[in-house]
Parts: sequence; structure tokens; C-alpha cells
Amino acid sequence: MTTLTKKRKIKTAYLLLIPGAAWLLFFFFFPLSSLLATSLKRPLGAAPEDGFAYALQFSNYSNAIAEYWPYFVRAFTYAGIATLVCILLAYPIAYYMAFKATKYKYLMLVLIVAPFFASFLLRTNAWKTILSADGFVVGLLNALGALPEERILSTSIAVVLGLIYNFLPFMILPLFISLDKIDKRLLEAAGDLYATGSQRFWKVVWPLSIPGVVSGVILTFIPASGDYINAQLLGGVSDKMIGNVIQSQFIILRNYPQASALSFSFMAVILVLIYLYLRRVGTKDLL
Amino acid sequence: MAKNENVQDLHLKNLTKRYDDFTAVHDLTLTIPAGSFFALLGPSGCGKTTTLRMIAGLEEPTSGEILIGTENIVPLPPYKRPVNTVFQSYALFPHLTIYENVAFGLRRRGIKDVDKTVKDMLSLVELSAMAERRPMQLSGGQQQRVAVARALINRPDVLLLDEPLGALDLKLRRQMQLELKWIQKDVGTTFVHVTHDQEEAMTMADTVAVMNEGRIEQMGSPVEIYENPKTAFVANFLGQSNLFTGTVKGVDGDLVAVDVNGLTLYVPKSKTNITSGKIVIGVRPEKIKVVDVDTPNLPKNQIVGTISDNAFVGVSTQYVVDSPWGQELSAFEQNVDPNDLGYKGNKVVLAWEPRNSFVLDPDEDLTAGIEPELVLN
Repeated sequence: MTTLTKKRKIKTAYLLLIPGAAWLLFFFFFPLSSLLATSLKRPLGAAPEDGFAYALQFSNYSNAIAEYWPYFVRAFTYAGIATLVCILLAYPIAYYMAFKATKYKYLMLVLIVAPFFASFLLRTNAWKTILSADGFVVGLLNALGALPEERILSTSIAVVLGLIYNFLPFMILPLFISLDKIDKRLLEAAGDLYATGSQRFWKVVWPLSIPGVVSGVILTFIPASGDYINAQLLGGVSDKMIGNVIQSQFIILRNYPQASALSFSFMAVILVLIYLYLRRVGTKDLL
Repeated sequence: MAKNENVQDLHLKNLTKRYDDFTAVHDLTLTIPAGSFFALLGPSGCGKTTTLRMIAGLEEPTSGEILIGTENIVPLPPYKRPVNTVFQSYALFPHLTIYENVAFGLRRRGIKDVDKTVKDMLSLVELSAMAERRPMQLSGGQQQRVAVARALINRPDVLLLDEPLGALDLKLRRQMQLELKWIQKDVGTTFVHVTHDQEEAMTMADTVAVMNEGRIEQMGSPVEIYENPKTAFVANFLGQSNLFTGTVKGVDGDLVAVDVNGLTLYVPKSKTNITSGKIVIGVRPEKIKVVDVDTPNLPKNQIVGTISDNAFVGVSTQYVVDSPWGQELSAFEQNVDPNDLGYKGNKVVLAWEPRNSFVLDPDEDLTAGIEPELVLN
């Protein structure tokens, strides 16, 4: 290849990058920079109408952690529990779809995506009815004496249930994709090489599905820990997550620097957690 | 690796596999001697892979028995059979290193100290240097050797190979054929090899069974079935053949004289019991000499015909010659002294020794085993 055509090829590659790069610049980099700048501003008066001035007010950050750390902890705990339950629920479903449901595989896929046709808010509101005090679920559980508070709505259980419900598809889909990709002959080969049923799963299927588990965890855990709708609609006062704090700081109190500092702190913690998680899973190929 | 000493014969007894309205394997009975290299050869859909999968335990026979020595292994699940498989396209575990792929079977059987066995096996297939790589980092030929090593390390009584060379290019395939043959001699395990490639079967196997529509058409050493095919299917599937339907005229010393459309052709008496009536005889194209008319001292069987097509393929020239009764005959002429007979329309003599003729079982469909597109032409 001559250097000229090589140069031209490189040029084409850069040209092709322009739309994506422009999009990232305008809709990711600029807002993020503005958010970062805001997070370091200082208020000019007691009311938000007084405005904010550019400064290097790092106390916004120390304040975010010192004052709101329980909300961080709660968000990550709820999201963590929801993610774990999602794995436990999604794995058998995805496994069935990939290995057993030959005919109904795609019907099942459609059914799993179907809830997205209704709005997130509406669906979460529907859970209010499902979990209401005079509803079937609570009635049954109370009859069994399984509820210490005799209700589900406005408890942490309701919030976690809402998170599980809303983010389950984000766990099922990547799991299904990675399980579906597994060459079924590998299972025959494992059987031929003396693996019993459970060994076939733990030595072949499970390790090959790890990439699906990892993307499922990321897709579930990140949005679930930043969510505020479920805590707002289904939870009580003491179930507020960090998303609720940021939302109220931004929209209600209009303390923009504090809200931005909270957002950035949240992002930082998420990045650290995901990094530690990926290191722990040891999927170097994914990073 | 030491020779596997207590290998036992593999017997299939009335083995049948029926799907809803289709019989894949039809009442198959055969014995595969211990330590032999056995090839099941046939076109796709002939039941050879189904037979292999039944031996492996991946498919359940409708009826019949599979015995290793005297033990019927049909009731055993795959992981309890003394049988291992080299899968088509290998089915190597992509998440494990070559070392762990090879060690897989030993580990599943709870063997703790696998290191020496695995390393010996890797050196047998010349992959010691690749131990820590992943299957994806290996070439097709290397992956193939891993698949063989992964199966052989378990010292099975029988190693099943399901079209193991199908994914390789021609040159590599030839090389692997010899390598597999060498490994088989080295370890002494019975190899059952399924293939649709007749050359592969003949190169590697001690015994070839030609299968068609769920039945064994003929079984024997490669030379035996090539030189003396018993059915039209074998004659056509294994190489090419010119087949003639004729009537026995009488016995002439060691030869049987056959009238074919007014011409007399001879076959050795030792090759048939038929001494009267209808008979089907054949000859391989490479046994036929293509010479000028009036050439002296020709072999006894002669047909005068007209060249309708010729193709120079390097080692030989392949002629298509029209016989007087319109049948297209095929003859390969070794490229020893290139001659100038290759003109279309030239009259030539096709001549061959009677001993090179073979006799088919009567009432044969003479087009059996010819690929459909060839029949259309």
C-alpha cells in the first residue's frame, strides 16, 4: 500500500468519527464540564434567586459526603440487593430461553421487552396498587403473618421490589445474549468428557456466561442506584436514596452547586465500585 | 504414551435408529476389531454420524445393542462409556487454556495429579509450547490436534472421530490424515472415523465400511473395496466406474465371456458365481488404456469409441469416450508420455486386462452413488 492511500484511509477514519465525536462533545462533555463548574460555585445570597459565583468551593464536596453519606449507602444497598435478586431471577429465565425454548424463544424476548411500551412512571405507579394495604399481596402475606410492619408500601421492601421489577429486563437481555452464543456442542463435549449435569453447568456454561453477568450487573446496578422514582413512589420518608436527594437539591431547593457536587460524588463512587467489581470478576478481556 | 493393551472389540448388533417417518440406521450389525482404524464412509444423510452418536451415547438407539467386549453400553450415559469423541469443528472449550482443555476429562473423573499425563499428551500431539494459549489463538490444524489429545488422554477403548478434518484446507487435511494414522498406531486405541471423503477413508483406515441409506453396502480393506466393489453405489461413490450390463456367453478357461451390446468383454471367473444370464461388470477409468486404432498387442477387453471430451489435469488426462451404443465411458491416461489423442471426434480404442474388471451383484441401479448433477449431465 502506498503511503498516499494509507493517509487517505486514516483521513476517512477520522471523518467517520466526526458525528459521534460531535455528539459526545455537545451532549456529554459540555454538560459534564458545566456540571463540574457548577459543583464548585458558591452562593451569592441565602436565596437561589441571588445567583451563584464561580469559585473553588470544595466544601460542596465535603458537605455532600458528610451530610448525605447515609443516602449513598442506602442507594448502593438497595441497588445491590436488587441486582443480586435480578441475577437469581434472570439467570433461569435467560437459560431457559437460550437452551430450552426453541420455538418460543423470540416470543419470550418480545414479552420481556413488552413492559417498555408503557411508561416507567405508569408501571411504577401500578405497583402502588399491587402492593396497596387492601391488595391481594399484602392481604395474603398478612394472613401468613409474614409482614412485621403489616404493609409493604412505604417500606424499603417496596422500593427494592420496584427496582427489581424495573431493571429485570436489563439483566435478562445480556444474560440471554451470552448464553445463546454458547455452542451447544460444548455441552455434548463436556458430557463426553465425563462431566455430570451440574459440572457441565459450573465448568462450561457459567464461565462462558460471565460476560453476560457482568454487563447485566452494570446495566442494572448503575441505573438502579441512581434511581429516585421507585423510592419516591413506593418508599417511605426513611427510604430516600441519593437520587431523591439530588433531585430535591436541583428541582426543589435549587441549590445547584450542592446538587452538582452530589452528582459528581455519586459518579465517582460508581466508577470506583464498578472498577473494583470488574477487577474482582477478573474479566480482563472486558476492560 | 504407552500402548493401550486391553482394548476390546466393538460390536454393533442389529442397531437401528428410527425417527418419526425416517429410518436413519437400518439394522446395522458389524464388528470393529480392537485396535483397528475403522472408517464409516458415506454421503451426508447416510446414517454414519447417527451411528457414531449412538456409540458415543449422544443419541439413543431405537433398538439393538452396542457392545464393547461383552458389555452392552447402550444403557450407560455418555460420561460412563469407555468412549471419547473428536467432534466436528472440535468443540474446544474457549474459556480454558489448551492445558485445561486436555486435562478436562481427567479432572472430571477426580484425578488429582494430571500434570505429567497432560504434558505427555501435549508432546504426543506436538503442542507443548501452546499449553497456556486459548483455542482461539491456535490454527485449525492445531485445534484439531487439541481435540484429539483431549479425547485420547482418557485412554478410551474406542475413539470416535466425527468428520474431524472437514474444517481444514486440503493440504493440511492430507498432513493430518497421516498424523492421525501415526497417532493411532502409537496408542493402539480403536479409531472409528466418520467421513464423506473417500480418499480420506482409504488413506487412513484399515477397514472401510461404505454406508448408504442407513445400511452398510460393503465392508473391507480399502484395496478390496476399491478393486472389487460389490454394488453400483460403492463402484460409483468410491472413485469412478464404467459399468456395463451384459449377458454371459460362456466360460473361456479362467475367464467368463460377457456379451455387451454385441461386443465380448471378459471377467475373471474367480470374481463371480454367475455363469449364465444377466450380469453387470465394471472397470475403473485408470485401468483403461486409450490408444490409436490398429495398435498391436492390446489387452483382451477392447471397445472402439469416439473422444467426446478430454481434460488435462497434470498427472493424467481424463477422456470421455462415446461407445458405439452411446454410453459415455471414462478413461484416465497417466501422463507418462503425453500423446496427441486428445482431439474431439478422434476414433480410439479403449483396452483393459480382463483381471481389472469387477462384477457387481445383479439387479443393481447403475446410477446409485453418482452425484445428482452428474446424472443430469
